[in-house]
Amino acid sequence: MTAAEVTHAAERPHPGARQYLLVALLLLIVTAVEVTVFYVPAMHPILVPALLTLSAAKFAMVAMFYMHLRFDARLFSWVFLTPLAVAAAVILALMALFHVL
Amino acid sequence: MTDAALPLAAAGAAAPAAERTSTGLNSRKLLFWSFIGSECMFFGSLIATYMVYRGRDTTGPFPHDVFDIPLTSYSALILLVSSLTMVLALSAVQRGDRRRAPLWLAATALLGVHFLANQAWEFTHFVEKGLKLQTNLFSCSFYVLTGFHGTHVLVGTIWLWSLFTLAVRGKLPPGRALDVEVAGLYWHFVDVVWIAIFTLVYLIH
Repeated sequence: MTAAEVTHAAERPHPGARQYLLVALLLLIVTAVEVTVFYVPAMHPILVPALLTLSAAKFAMVAMFYMHLRFDARLFSWVFLTPLAVAAAVILALMALFHVL
Repeated sequence: MTDAALPLAAAGAAAPAAERTSTGLNSRKLLFWSFIGSECMFFGSLIATYMVYRGRDTTGPFPHDVFDIPLTSYSALILLVSSLTMVLALSAVQRGDRRRAPLWLAATALLGVHFLANQAWEFTHFVEKGLKLQTNLFSCSFYVLTGFHGTHVLVGTIWLWSLFTLAVRGKLPPGRALDVEVAGLYWHFVDVVWIAIFTLVYLIH
């Protein structure tokens, strides 16, 4: 098996319509929970961590299932996640520098 | 064909066939992922600017004076549903379904247009309340961030209409599914950026 075949063998078939619908349903539910958390005063003490967690979950679901990162070769994930980590680090560093955190 | 490649062939509409490249991956797709990576840093810098400037204004209007959370939630919903129609369009093209492919592409493009109409309405409403680009730090960083995102949606919508035209003419056979997949990657990226903006800009303020 050549190096190219080894890399390609890491790819798996993409999901079907049923799985796409299931992911969409989950995304809608998480969005509904986000808006609920925003409007319920009792949730305000944990508003920021709750919203960030829910948002990250949505982000991950779209990237993994709709953008097929869960099924495609790992190299695509690295090409996406490395600059994403840099962007997150820049945001956090600037917020710390300007005493926003 | 190797044993490992057999499941892919059986799936038919799955990942593209093995490429004769040094990585074994399609170069166009790899290049597009690199572009999306650069877009992450682009939007990261805009979000960082917004976060740093947030709460530093002494003159309004302030975010809580203008934001319409129900409308923005609806816009978020529109983009999420458009991501679903986008993957269904890709699936239809991969299967060679000439009837459904243009329908799903048109649905995705129309949802994009709907999102843009909502954003235009929102911006108009904000300006009527006195929030112009140069009003304060919030307005400047907000309009630049969401405006650039809206521009990306506009570009994606034009791209989708062009694919719709090809699909209607029967010029999107399964062999050209990568064209739709790459457009889909762009569209889903626009969606995930909005997921971040919706939370960081609208819900946490």
